[in-house]
Amino acid sequence: MSALLEIDNVTKRFGGLCAISKCNVRVMEGHAHGIIGPNGAGKTTLFNLITGIYKPTEGDIRFRGESIAGLRPGRIALKGIGRTFQNIRLCKNLTVLDNVRIAFDSQLHYSPLEAMLRLPRLGRDERRSIDESMKLLEPFGLTPHAHAVAGDMSYGLQRKLEIARALALKPRLLLLDEPAAGLNTGETAALTEFLRWVKSEFQVTLVLIEHHMHLVMNLCDRITVLDFGQTIAEGTPAEIRENPRVIDAYLGGTEVEQG
Amino acid sequence: MALPILVVLGFAFCVACEFLPIINTYTKGVLIMVGINIILCASLNLVNGYMGEFSVGHAGFMALGAYASAVMTIKWLPASVFELPLAVLFGGTVAAAIGFLLALLSFKTRGDYLAIITLAFLMIVKSAVENIEYLGGPRGMTPPVLTNLPWAFFWVVVTLWIIRNLVYSKFGRAITAIREDEIAANAMGVRVREAKILAFSTSAFFGGVAGALYAQVNFFIDPKSFDIVRSTEILVMVYLGGVASLAGSILGAVIFTLLFQALQDLGTWRMVVMPLILVLLMIFRPRGIMGMKELPWFLPKRELFTKRQP
Repeated sequence: MSALLEIDNVTKRFGGLCAISKCNVRVMEGHAHGIIGPNGAGKTTLFNLITGIYKPTEGDIRFRGESIAGLRPGRIALKGIGRTFQNIRLCKNLTVLDNVRIAFDSQLHYSPLEAMLRLPRLGRDERRSIDESMKLLEPFGLTPHAHAVAGDMSYGLQRKLEIARALALKPRLLLLDEPAAGLNTGETAALTEFLRWVKSEFQVTLVLIEHHMHLVMNLCDRITVLDFGQTIAEGTPAEIRENPRVIDAYLGGTEVEQG
Repeated sequence: MALPILVVLGFAFCVACEFLPIINTYTKGVLIMVGINIILCASLNLVNGYMGEFSVGHAGFMALGAYASAVMTIKWLPASVFELPLAVLFGGTVAAAIGFLLALLSFKTRGDYLAIITLAFLMIVKSAVENIEYLGGPRGMTPPVLTNLPWAFFWVVVTLWIIRNLVYSKFGRAITAIREDEIAANAMGVRVREAKILAFSTSAFFGGVAGALYAQVNFFIDPKSFDIVRSTEILVMVYLGGVASLAGSILGAVIFTLLFQALQDLGTWRMVVMPLILVLLMIFRPRGIMGMKELPWFLPKRELFTKRQP
Protein backbone atom coordinates (compact mmCIF):
# COMPACT_ATOMS: atom_id res chain seq x y z
CA MET A 1 0.00 0.00 0.00
CA SER A 2 1.33 3.42 -0.89
CA ALA A 3 0.84 6.83 0.63
CA LEU A 4 -1.83 8.82 -1.20
CA LEU A 5 -1.25 12.01 0.71
CA GLU A 6 1.98 13.03 2.44
CA ILE A 7 2.20 16.08 4.61
CA ASP A 8 5.89 16.58 5.06
CA ASN A 9 7.23 18.86 7.79
CA VAL A 10 4.59 21.49 7.10
CA THR A 11 4.58 24.74 9.04
CA LYS A 12 1.99 27.49 8.74
CA ARG A 13 2.42 30.82 10.47
CA PHE A 14 -0.12 33.64 10.54
CA GLY A 15 2.01 36.62 11.55
CA GLY A 16 3.41 35.63 14.92
CA LEU A 17 0.98 32.78 15.46
CA CYS A 18 2.19 29.33 14.52
CA ALA A 19 -0.99 27.40 13.61
CA ILE A 20 0.81 24.30 12.32
CA SER A 21 4.40 23.50 13.12
CA LYS A 22 6.48 20.77 11.51
CA CYS A 23 3.45 18.60 11.03
CA ASN A 24 3.79 15.16 9.41
CA VAL A 25 0.88 13.02 8.26
CA ARG A 26 0.88 10.10 5.85
CA VAL A 27 -2.47 8.94 4.56
CA MET A 28 -2.46 5.47 2.99
CA GLU A 29 -4.53 4.73 -0.11
CA GLY A 30 -7.83 3.10 0.84
CA HIS A 31 -7.66 4.04 4.50
CA ALA A 32 -9.99 6.05 6.62
CA HIS A 33 -7.69 8.39 8.46
CA GLY A 34 -8.87 10.31 11.51
CA ILE A 35 -7.45 13.63 12.64
CA ILE A 36 -8.29 14.46 16.22
CA GLY A 37 -7.15 16.99 18.74
CA PRO A 38 -8.47 19.63 21.10
CA ASN A 39 -10.09 22.81 19.79
CA GLY A 40 -7.56 25.11 18.17
CA ALA A 41 -5.11 22.30 17.50
CA GLY A 42 -4.91 23.28 13.83
CA LYS A 43 -7.06 20.56 12.29
CA THR A 44 -9.11 22.77 9.96
CA THR A 45 -5.98 24.77 9.11
CA LEU A 46 -4.44 21.50 7.98
CA PHE A 47 -7.43 20.90 5.66
CA ASN A 48 -7.13 24.44 4.31
CA LEU A 49 -3.46 23.79 3.60
CA ILE A 50 -4.20 20.54 1.77
CA THR A 51 -6.93 22.14 -0.36
CA GLY A 52 -4.85 25.21 -1.20
CA ILE A 53 -6.84 27.87 0.64
CA TYR A 54 -3.61 28.55 2.56
CA LYS A 55 -0.07 28.08 1.35
CA PRO A 56 2.35 26.34 3.71
CA THR A 57 5.04 28.64 5.17
CA GLU A 58 7.45 25.70 5.11
CA GLY A 59 7.35 22.08 4.08
CA ASP A 60 5.71 20.17 1.27
CA ILE A 61 2.38 18.47 0.60
CA ARG A 62 2.34 15.61 -1.90
CA PHE A 63 -0.71 13.96 -3.43
CA ARG A 64 -0.08 10.76 -5.39
CA GLY A 65 3.63 11.55 -5.20
CA GLU A 66 3.24 14.99 -6.76
CA SER A 67 3.73 18.24 -4.88
CA ILE A 68 0.51 20.25 -4.58
CA ALA A 69 1.73 22.88 -2.12
CA GLY A 70 1.02 26.37 -3.44
CA LEU A 71 -1.34 25.32 -6.25
CA ARG A 72 -4.62 27.21 -6.59
CA PRO A 73 -7.59 25.59 -4.77
CA GLY A 74 -9.46 24.88 -8.01
CA ARG A 75 -6.49 22.99 -9.45
CA ILE A 76 -6.08 20.90 -6.31
CA ALA A 77 -9.78 19.97 -6.35
CA LEU A 78 -9.47 18.84 -9.97
CA LYS A 79 -6.51 16.64 -9.08
CA GLY A 80 -8.93 14.55 -7.06
CA ILE A 81 -9.35 16.04 -3.60
CA GLY A 82 -12.94 16.70 -2.53
CA ARG A 83 -13.91 18.23 0.78
CA THR A 84 -16.75 19.28 3.03
CA PHE A 85 -16.70 22.23 5.39
CA GLN A 86 -17.13 22.51 9.14
CA ASN A 87 -19.92 25.04 8.70
CA ILE A 88 -21.74 23.81 5.62
CA ARG A 89 -20.95 25.76 2.46
CA LEU A 90 -23.59 25.01 -0.15
CA CYS A 91 -24.94 27.19 -2.93
CA LYS A 92 -27.98 27.96 -0.80
CA ASN A 93 -30.09 29.62 -3.50
CA LEU A 94 -29.65 26.80 -6.01
CA THR A 95 -31.47 23.51 -6.20
CA VAL A 96 -30.00 20.33 -4.73
CA LEU A 97 -29.47 18.96 -8.22
CA ASP A 98 -27.61 22.07 -9.40
CA ASN A 99 -25.33 21.93 -6.38
CA VAL A 100 -24.19 18.47 -7.44
CA ARG A 101 -24.01 19.44 -11.11
CA ILE A 102 -21.59 22.28 -10.37
CA ALA A 103 -19.11 19.74 -9.04
CA PHE A 104 -19.86 17.27 -11.83
CA ASP A 105 -19.21 19.99 -14.44
CA SER A 106 -15.45 19.47 -14.19
CA GLN A 107 -16.04 16.32 -16.26
CA LEU A 108 -17.77 18.16 -19.10
CA HIS A 109 -15.49 19.42 -21.82
CA TYR A 110 -17.43 21.73 -24.12
CA SER A 111 -16.03 25.22 -24.80
CA PRO A 112 -17.64 28.62 -24.09
CA LEU A 113 -18.40 29.04 -27.79
CA GLU A 114 -20.16 25.68 -27.93
CA ALA A 115 -22.19 26.75 -24.91
CA MET A 116 -23.17 30.14 -26.34
CA LEU A 117 -24.23 28.70 -29.70
CA ARG A 118 -25.78 25.52 -28.25
CA LEU A 119 -23.77 23.18 -30.43
CA PRO A 120 -24.62 19.43 -30.23
CA ARG A 121 -21.93 18.45 -27.70
CA LEU A 122 -23.52 20.79 -25.15
CA GLY A 123 -26.84 18.95 -25.23
CA ARG A 124 -25.20 15.53 -24.86
CA ASP A 125 -22.95 16.65 -22.03
CA GLU A 126 -25.72 18.46 -20.17
CA ARG A 127 -28.05 15.48 -20.32
CA ARG A 128 -25.24 13.30 -18.98
CA SER A 129 -24.65 15.79 -16.16
CA ILE A 130 -28.34 15.70 -15.18
CA ASP A 131 -28.58 11.90 -15.37
CA GLU A 132 -25.40 11.17 -13.47
CA SER A 133 -26.07 13.82 -10.86
CA MET A 134 -29.54 12.38 -10.27
CA LYS A 135 -27.99 8.94 -9.92
CA LEU A 136 -25.58 10.28 -7.33
CA LEU A 137 -28.41 11.76 -5.24
CA GLU A 138 -30.12 8.39 -4.90
CA PRO A 139 -27.98 6.66 -2.22
CA PHE A 140 -28.04 9.83 -0.15
CA GLY A 141 -31.83 9.81 -0.01
CA LEU A 142 -31.85 13.14 -1.81
CA THR A 143 -33.80 12.08 -4.92
CA PRO A 144 -37.15 13.40 -3.63
CA HIS A 145 -35.45 16.70 -2.80
CA ALA A 146 -33.59 17.08 -6.11
CA HIS A 147 -35.54 20.19 -7.08
CA ALA A 148 -35.73 21.70 -3.62
CA VAL A 149 -33.67 24.78 -2.86
CA ALA A 150 -30.60 23.64 -0.92
CA GLY A 151 -30.83 26.34 1.75
CA ASP A 152 -34.40 25.31 2.65
CA MET A 153 -33.50 21.74 3.58
CA SER A 154 -32.88 20.33 7.03
CA TYR A 155 -29.39 20.45 8.48
CA GLY A 156 -28.89 16.70 8.16
CA LEU A 157 -29.82 16.68 4.48
CA GLN A 158 -27.56 19.65 3.81
CA ARG A 159 -24.66 17.70 5.35
CA LYS A 160 -25.46 14.75 3.09
CA LEU A 161 -25.70 16.99 0.05
CA GLU A 162 -22.28 18.41 0.83
CA ILE A 163 -20.81 14.89 0.78
CA ALA A 164 -22.68 14.01 -2.43
CA ARG A 165 -21.42 17.20 -4.02
CA ALA A 166 -17.82 16.44 -3.05
CA LEU A 167 -18.18 12.93 -4.54
CA ALA A 168 -19.45 14.36 -7.84
CA LEU A 169 -15.88 15.53 -8.41
CA LYS A 170 -14.95 11.83 -8.54
CA PRO A 171 -12.20 12.40 -5.95
CA ARG A 172 -9.54 9.91 -4.85
CA LEU A 173 -9.37 11.62 -1.50
CA LEU A 174 -12.29 12.98 0.48
CA LEU A 175 -11.70 15.38 3.36
CA LEU A 176 -14.56 15.57 5.86
CA ASP A 177 -14.51 18.37 8.42
CA GLU A 178 -16.59 17.24 11.40
CA PRO A 179 -19.23 15.27 9.48
CA ALA A 180 -20.98 14.29 12.72
CA ALA A 181 -21.26 17.81 14.13
CA GLY A 182 -24.77 18.37 15.42
CA LEU A 183 -25.84 14.73 15.10
CA ASN A 184 -27.11 12.65 18.04
CA THR A 185 -25.74 9.23 19.04
CA GLY A 186 -28.09 7.24 16.82
CA GLU A 187 -27.45 9.43 13.82
CA THR A 188 -23.70 9.24 14.42
CA ALA A 189 -23.83 5.44 14.38
CA ALA A 190 -25.76 5.58 11.09
CA LEU A 191 -23.21 8.02 9.71
CA THR A 192 -20.38 5.64 10.60
CA GLU A 193 -21.99 2.88 8.55
CA PHE A 194 -22.76 5.32 5.78
CA LEU A 195 -19.17 6.55 5.53
CA ARG A 196 -17.92 2.96 5.48
CA TRP A 197 -20.27 2.36 2.56
CA VAL A 198 -19.15 5.55 0.76
CA LYS A 199 -15.52 4.51 1.15
CA SER A 200 -16.02 1.14 -0.53
CA GLU A 201 -18.65 2.19 -3.08
CA PHE A 202 -16.74 5.21 -4.40
CA GLN A 203 -13.29 3.72 -3.74
CA VAL A 204 -12.23 6.86 -2.01
CA THR A 205 -9.72 7.44 0.75
CA LEU A 206 -11.19 9.34 3.70
CA VAL A 207 -9.57 11.85 5.99
CA LEU A 208 -11.86 13.09 8.70
CA ILE A 209 -11.68 15.62 11.46
CA GLU A 210 -14.02 14.54 14.20
CA HIS A 211 -14.73 14.97 17.89
CA HIS A 212 -17.09 11.97 18.24
CA MET A 213 -14.57 9.38 19.51
CA HIS A 214 -17.00 6.57 18.91
CA LEU A 215 -17.12 7.34 15.19
CA VAL A 216 -13.37 7.85 14.90
CA MET A 217 -12.44 4.68 16.79
CA ASN A 218 -14.94 2.58 14.83
CA LEU A 219 -14.26 3.86 11.36
CA CYS A 220 -10.63 4.85 11.13
CA ASP A 221 -7.70 2.62 10.23
CA ARG A 222 -5.22 5.17 11.49
CA ILE A 223 -5.43 8.28 13.60
CA THR A 224 -3.25 11.36 13.85
CA VAL A 225 -3.48 13.45 16.98
CA LEU A 226 -2.69 17.16 16.77
CA ASP A 227 -2.09 19.53 19.64
CA PHE A 228 -0.93 23.14 19.27
CA GLY A 229 -0.24 22.50 15.59
CA GLN A 230 2.07 19.56 16.19
CA THR A 231 1.62 15.86 15.61
CA ILE A 232 1.74 14.34 19.08
CA ALA A 233 0.79 10.80 18.09
CA GLU A 234 -0.05 8.66 15.09
CA GLY A 235 -1.21 5.05 15.07
CA THR A 236 -4.11 2.62 15.05
CA PRO A 237 -7.17 3.41 17.20
CA ALA A 238 -6.00 0.91 19.82
CA GLU A 239 -2.57 2.52 20.05
CA ILE A 240 -4.03 6.01 20.28
CA ARG A 241 -6.37 5.00 23.08
CA GLU A 242 -3.43 3.84 25.17
CA ASN A 243 -1.08 6.69 24.31
CA PRO A 244 -0.27 8.71 27.44
CA ARG A 245 0.47 11.90 25.49
CA VAL A 246 -2.99 11.80 23.93
CA ILE A 247 -4.69 11.30 27.25
CA ASP A 248 -2.54 14.13 28.50
CA ALA A 249 -3.59 16.50 25.74
CA TYR A 250 -7.26 15.70 26.11
CA LEU A 251 -7.63 15.51 29.87
CA GLY A 252 -4.73 17.61 31.14
CA GLY A 253 -1.58 16.21 32.72
CA THR A 254 -2.30 16.67 36.40
CA GLU A 255 -5.73 15.05 36.21
CA VAL A 256 -4.24 11.91 34.70
CA GLU A 257 -1.68 11.65 37.48
CA GLN A 258 -4.34 12.08 40.14
CA GLY A 259 -6.78 9.69 38.44
CA MET B 1 -42.68 26.43 -28.84
CA ALA B 2 -44.38 29.68 -27.85
CA LEU B 3 -41.16 31.62 -27.76
CA PRO B 4 -39.92 31.07 -31.36
CA ILE B 5 -43.35 32.01 -32.69
CA LEU B 6 -43.30 35.16 -30.60
CA VAL B 7 -39.84 36.02 -31.90
CA VAL B 8 -40.94 35.61 -35.52
CA LEU B 9 -44.10 37.67 -34.92
CA GLY B 10 -42.09 40.35 -33.17
CA PHE B 11 -39.61 40.55 -36.00
CA ALA B 12 -42.42 40.72 -38.56
CA PHE B 13 -44.00 43.55 -36.58
CA CYS B 14 -40.69 45.44 -36.49
CA VAL B 15 -40.23 45.07 -40.25
CA ALA B 16 -43.82 46.19 -40.83
CA CYS B 17 -43.26 49.26 -38.63
CA GLU B 18 -40.19 50.10 -40.63
CA PHE B 19 -41.92 50.16 -43.99
CA LEU B 20 -45.55 50.94 -43.18
CA PRO B 21 -46.81 54.01 -41.33
CA ILE B 22 -48.05 52.01 -38.30
CA ILE B 23 -46.30 54.00 -35.60
CA ASN B 24 -44.76 57.47 -35.64
CA THR B 25 -41.06 58.26 -35.52
CA TYR B 26 -41.15 59.16 -31.83
CA THR B 27 -42.65 55.80 -30.83
CA LYS B 28 -40.17 54.06 -33.09
CA GLY B 29 -37.31 55.84 -31.34
CA VAL B 30 -38.65 54.85 -27.94
CA LEU B 31 -38.98 51.21 -29.04
CA ILE B 32 -35.38 51.19 -30.29
CA MET B 33 -34.25 52.61 -26.95
CA VAL B 34 -36.21 49.85 -25.20
CA GLY B 35 -34.25 47.34 -27.27
CA ILE B 36 -30.88 48.94 -26.54
CA ASN B 37 -31.72 49.08 -22.84
CA ILE B 38 -32.72 45.40 -22.80
CA ILE B 39 -29.29 44.54 -24.25
CA LEU B 40 -27.53 46.74 -21.66
CA CYS B 41 -29.59 45.39 -18.79
CA ALA B 42 -29.26 41.70 -19.70
CA SER B 43 -25.52 42.00 -20.25
CA LEU B 44 -24.86 43.83 -16.99
CA ASN B 45 -27.05 41.28 -15.23
CA LEU B 46 -24.50 38.62 -16.14
CA VAL B 47 -21.91 40.28 -13.90
CA ASN B 48 -24.06 42.06 -11.30
CA GLY B 49 -26.86 39.51 -11.07
CA TYR B 50 -25.67 36.04 -11.96
CA MET B 51 -22.12 36.54 -10.68
CA GLY B 52 -23.17 38.83 -7.81
CA GLU B 53 -20.42 41.38 -8.38
CA PHE B 54 -21.02 45.12 -8.49
CA SER B 55 -19.74 46.68 -11.70
CA VAL B 56 -20.54 50.35 -12.27
CA GLY B 57 -18.55 50.60 -15.50
CA HIS B 58 -21.08 49.37 -18.02
CA ALA B 59 -21.43 52.81 -19.63
CA GLY B 60 -17.69 52.58 -20.32
CA PHE B 61 -18.16 49.47 -22.44
CA MET B 62 -21.09 51.18 -24.12
CA ALA B 63 -18.80 54.12 -24.93
CA LEU B 64 -16.14 51.82 -26.39
CA GLY B 65 -18.74 50.16 -28.62
CA ALA B 66 -20.28 53.46 -29.63
CA TYR B 67 -16.99 55.12 -30.56
CA ALA B 68 -15.51 52.06 -32.26
CA SER B 69 -18.60 51.70 -34.44
CA ALA B 70 -18.79 55.45 -35.13
CA VAL B 71 -15.19 55.44 -36.36
CA MET B 72 -16.09 52.56 -38.65
CA THR B 73 -19.24 54.07 -40.12
CA ILE B 74 -17.85 57.61 -40.41
CA LYS B 75 -14.24 57.05 -41.44
CA TRP B 76 -13.55 53.51 -42.57
CA LEU B 77 -16.51 51.85 -44.24
CA PRO B 78 -18.34 52.92 -47.41
CA ALA B 79 -22.12 53.02 -47.12
CA SER B 80 -23.59 49.53 -47.71
CA VAL B 81 -25.99 47.04 -46.18
CA PHE B 82 -23.10 45.48 -44.29
CA GLU B 83 -22.12 48.74 -42.67
CA LEU B 84 -24.25 48.43 -39.54
CA PRO B 85 -23.68 44.72 -38.76
CA LEU B 86 -19.92 45.15 -39.22
CA ALA B 87 -19.85 48.28 -37.10
CA VAL B 88 -21.88 46.61 -34.34
CA LEU B 89 -19.67 43.50 -34.31
CA PHE B 90 -16.57 45.68 -34.25
CA GLY B 91 -17.97 47.77 -31.40
CA GLY B 92 -18.75 44.63 -29.41
CA THR B 93 -15.32 43.14 -30.09
CA VAL B 94 -13.43 46.24 -28.98
CA ALA B 95 -15.49 46.40 -25.77
CA ALA B 96 -14.98 42.65 -25.15
CA ALA B 97 -11.21 42.95 -25.62
CA ILE B 98 -10.99 45.77 -23.06
CA GLY B 99 -13.39 43.87 -20.79
CA PHE B 100 -11.07 40.87 -20.98
CA LEU B 101 -8.09 43.00 -19.89
CA LEU B 102 -10.08 44.57 -17.08
CA ALA B 103 -11.12 41.10 -15.87
CA LEU B 104 -7.50 39.92 -15.92
CA LEU B 105 -6.40 42.92 -13.86
CA SER B 106 -9.22 42.79 -11.35
CA PHE B 107 -9.48 39.01 -11.02
CA LYS B 108 -8.63 38.98 -7.31
CA THR B 109 -10.83 41.90 -6.27
CA ARG B 110 -14.40 41.57 -5.16
CA GLY B 111 -17.28 43.66 -3.87
CA ASP B 112 -16.44 47.29 -3.06
CA TYR B 113 -12.99 47.02 -4.57
CA LEU B 114 -14.27 45.79 -7.90
CA ALA B 115 -16.86 48.59 -7.90
CA ILE B 116 -14.05 51.12 -7.45
CA ILE B 117 -11.99 49.56 -10.23
CA THR B 118 -14.92 49.65 -12.66
CA LEU B 119 -15.64 53.25 -11.65
CA ALA B 120 -12.02 54.15 -12.40
CA PHE B 121 -12.31 52.33 -15.73
CA LEU B 122 -15.39 54.37 -16.61
CA MET B 123 -13.57 57.63 -15.80
CA ILE B 124 -10.52 56.57 -17.81
CA VAL B 125 -12.62 55.76 -20.89
CA LYS B 126 -14.53 59.03 -20.65
CA SER B 127 -11.45 61.25 -20.25
CA ALA B 128 -9.52 59.29 -22.89
CA VAL B 129 -12.28 59.90 -25.42
CA GLU B 130 -12.46 63.56 -24.39
CA ASN B 131 -8.77 63.96 -25.17
CA ILE B 132 -8.47 62.07 -28.43
CA GLU B 133 -8.91 64.51 -31.29
CA TYR B 134 -9.49 61.65 -33.76
CA LEU B 135 -12.68 60.83 -31.85
CA GLY B 136 -13.87 64.40 -31.86
CA GLY B 137 -12.77 65.18 -28.32
CA PRO B 138 -15.41 66.81 -26.14
CA ARG B 139 -17.34 67.90 -29.25
CA GLY B 140 -18.32 64.31 -30.00
CA MET B 141 -19.06 62.60 -33.30
CA THR B 142 -22.01 62.47 -35.65
CA PRO B 143 -22.41 58.93 -36.99
CA PRO B 144 -25.02 58.20 -39.67
CA VAL B 145 -28.41 56.92 -38.57
CA LEU B 146 -28.38 53.23 -39.46
CA THR B 147 -30.07 51.43 -36.58
CA ASN B 148 -33.69 50.66 -37.31
CA LEU B 149 -36.31 48.67 -35.43
CA PRO B 150 -35.67 45.29 -37.12
CA TRP B 151 -31.92 45.53 -36.41
CA ALA B 152 -32.53 46.51 -32.81
CA PHE B 153 -34.92 43.59 -32.40
CA PHE B 154 -32.45 41.23 -34.05
CA TRP B 155 -29.69 42.19 -31.61
CA VAL B 156 -32.01 41.92 -28.63
CA VAL B 157 -32.85 38.35 -29.64
CA VAL B 158 -29.18 37.47 -30.27
CA THR B 159 -28.14 38.93 -26.90
CA LEU B 160 -30.84 37.17 -24.91
CA TRP B 161 -30.29 33.88 -26.73
CA ILE B 162 -26.53 33.83 -26.16
CA ILE B 163 -26.73 34.95 -22.54
CA ARG B 164 -29.48 32.39 -21.92
CA ASN B 165 -27.34 29.64 -23.44
CA LEU B 166 -24.35 30.68 -21.38
CA VAL B 167 -26.30 30.93 -18.13
CA TYR B 168 -27.79 27.43 -18.53
CA SER B 169 -24.45 25.76 -19.23
CA LYS B 170 -21.64 24.69 -16.94
CA PHE B 171 -20.21 28.21 -17.29
CA GLY B 172 -23.41 29.75 -16.01
CA ARG B 173 -23.44 27.34 -13.09
CA ALA B 174 -19.81 28.23 -12.37
CA ILE B 175 -20.66 31.95 -12.43
CA THR B 176 -23.59 31.37 -10.08
CA ALA B 177 -21.46 29.22 -7.78
CA ILE B 178 -18.97 32.08 -7.49
CA ARG B 179 -21.80 34.36 -6.41
CA GLU B 180 -23.05 31.88 -3.85
CA ASP B 181 -19.69 31.01 -2.27
CA GLU B 182 -16.35 31.47 -3.96
CA ILE B 183 -14.45 29.21 -1.53
CA ALA B 184 -16.94 26.40 -2.02
CA ALA B 185 -16.84 26.94 -5.78
CA ASN B 186 -13.08 26.43 -5.69
CA ALA B 187 -13.44 23.26 -3.65
CA MET B 188 -15.89 21.95 -6.26
CA GLY B 189 -13.31 22.32 -9.00
CA VAL B 190 -14.94 25.38 -10.57
CA ARG B 191 -12.43 27.22 -12.76
CA VAL B 192 -13.07 30.52 -11.04
CA ARG B 193 -10.66 32.64 -13.07
CA GLU B 194 -12.00 31.42 -16.43
CA ALA B 195 -15.60 31.87 -15.36
CA LYS B 196 -15.01 35.43 -14.18
CA ILE B 197 -13.16 36.39 -17.35
CA LEU B 198 -15.87 34.83 -19.51
CA ALA B 199 -18.67 36.62 -17.67
CA PHE B 200 -16.86 39.94 -17.85
CA SER B 201 -15.92 39.72 -21.54
CA THR B 202 -19.38 38.55 -22.63
CA SER B 203 -21.02 41.30 -20.62
CA ALA B 204 -18.62 43.85 -22.13
CA PHE B 205 -19.26 42.54 -25.66
CA PHE B 206 -22.98 43.14 -25.44
CA GLY B 207 -22.42 46.46 -23.66
CA GLY B 208 -20.39 47.40 -26.74
CA VAL B 209 -23.11 46.12 -29.07
CA ALA B 210 -25.67 48.29 -27.30
CA GLY B 211 -23.31 51.26 -27.54
CA ALA B 212 -22.84 50.70 -31.27
CA LEU B 213 -26.57 50.51 -31.88
CA TYR B 214 -27.02 53.62 -29.76
CA ALA B 215 -24.39 55.55 -31.72
CA GLN B 216 -26.06 54.73 -35.03
CA VAL B 217 -29.50 55.92 -33.95
CA ASN B 218 -28.80 59.08 -32.05
CA PHE B 219 -27.24 61.40 -34.72
CA PHE B 220 -24.73 62.39 -32.11
CA ILE B 221 -22.50 60.93 -29.41
CA ASP B 222 -20.20 62.73 -27.03
CA PRO B 223 -18.24 61.64 -23.93
CA LYS B 224 -20.97 63.01 -21.67
CA SER B 225 -23.44 60.45 -23.09
CA PHE B 226 -21.47 57.73 -21.27
CA ASP B 227 -20.92 59.04 -17.77
CA ILE B 228 -21.77 57.66 -14.36
CA VAL B 229 -25.42 58.73 -14.81
CA ARG B 230 -25.72 56.32 -17.73
CA SER B 231 -24.19 53.53 -15.63
CA THR B 232 -26.62 54.34 -12.82
CA GLU B 233 -29.54 54.05 -15.23
CA ILE B 234 -28.43 50.57 -16.26
CA LEU B 235 -28.01 49.62 -12.61
CA VAL B 236 -31.55 50.84 -11.88
CA MET B 237 -32.87 48.67 -14.72
CA VAL B 238 -31.05 45.57 -13.41
CA TYR B 239 -32.15 45.97 -9.81
CA LEU B 240 -35.68 47.02 -10.80
CA GLY B 241 -36.30 44.08 -13.13
CA GLY B 242 -34.52 41.51 -11.01
CA VAL B 243 -31.05 40.12 -10.52
CA ALA B 244 -30.08 36.85 -12.20
CA SER B 245 -33.13 36.83 -14.45
CA LEU B 246 -33.53 37.46 -18.18
CA ALA B 247 -37.26 38.01 -17.87
CA GLY B 248 -36.38 40.53 -15.17
CA SER B 249 -33.87 42.25 -17.45
CA ILE B 250 -36.53 42.73 -20.11
CA LEU B 251 -39.07 43.90 -17.56
CA GLY B 252 -36.61 46.32 -15.95
CA ALA B 253 -35.54 47.82 -19.28
CA VAL B 254 -39.12 48.21 -20.55
CA ILE B 255 -40.46 49.76 -17.35
CA PHE B 256 -37.46 52.05 -17.00
CA THR B 257 -37.49 53.30 -20.58
CA LEU B 258 -41.23 53.96 -20.60
CA LEU B 259 -41.11 55.62 -17.18
CA PHE B 260 -38.20 57.74 -18.35
CA GLN B 261 -40.27 58.94 -21.29
CA ALA B 262 -43.42 59.45 -19.21
CA LEU B 263 -41.49 61.60 -16.72
CA GLN B 264 -40.05 63.73 -19.53
CA ASP B 265 -42.24 66.65 -18.42
CA LEU B 266 -40.65 66.74 -15.00
CA GLY B 267 -37.42 68.05 -16.52
CA THR B 268 -34.61 68.16 -13.99
CA TRP B 269 -36.83 66.57 -11.34
CA ARG B 270 -36.50 63.35 -13.25
CA MET B 271 -32.97 63.18 -11.88
CA VAL B 272 -34.49 63.14 -8.41
CA VAL B 273 -37.22 60.61 -9.13
CA MET B 274 -34.95 58.00 -10.74
CA PRO B 275 -32.41 57.69 -7.90
CA LEU B 276 -35.31 57.73 -5.45
CA ILE B 277 -36.74 54.68 -7.20
CA LEU B 278 -33.36 52.98 -6.76
CA VAL B 279 -33.29 53.78 -3.03
CA LEU B 280 -36.82 52.51 -2.47
CA LEU B 281 -36.04 49.40 -4.48
CA MET B 282 -32.95 48.60 -2.41
CA ILE B 283 -34.97 48.94 0.79
CA PHE B 284 -38.14 47.08 -0.14
CA ARG B 285 -37.18 44.64 -2.87
CA PRO B 286 -33.40 44.38 -3.17
CA ARG B 287 -33.52 41.54 -5.66
CA GLY B 288 -35.96 43.29 -7.98
CA ILE B 289 -39.32 42.20 -9.39
CA MET B 290 -38.11 38.88 -10.84
CA GLY B 291 -35.01 38.47 -8.64
CA MET B 292 -33.43 34.99 -9.00
CA LYS B 293 -36.51 33.74 -10.81
CA GLU B 294 -36.99 33.01 -14.48
CA LEU B 295 -39.96 32.60 -16.77
CA PRO B 296 -40.14 28.93 -17.85
CA TRP B 297 -40.13 30.22 -21.43
CA PHE B 298 -36.50 31.20 -21.14
CA LEU B 299 -35.31 27.87 -19.76
CA PRO B 300 -33.93 25.21 -22.11
CA LYS B 301 -36.31 22.25 -22.13
CA ARG B 302 -33.97 19.93 -20.20
CA GLU B 303 -33.61 22.54 -17.44
CA LEU B 304 -37.35 23.08 -17.00
CA PHE B 305 -37.58 20.92 -13.91
CA THR B 306 -34.19 21.62 -12.42
CA LYS B 307 -34.76 25.22 -11.39
CA ARG B 308 -36.72 27.04 -8.75
CA GLN B 309 -39.56 28.76 -10.50
CA PRO B 310 -41.62 31.85 -9.84
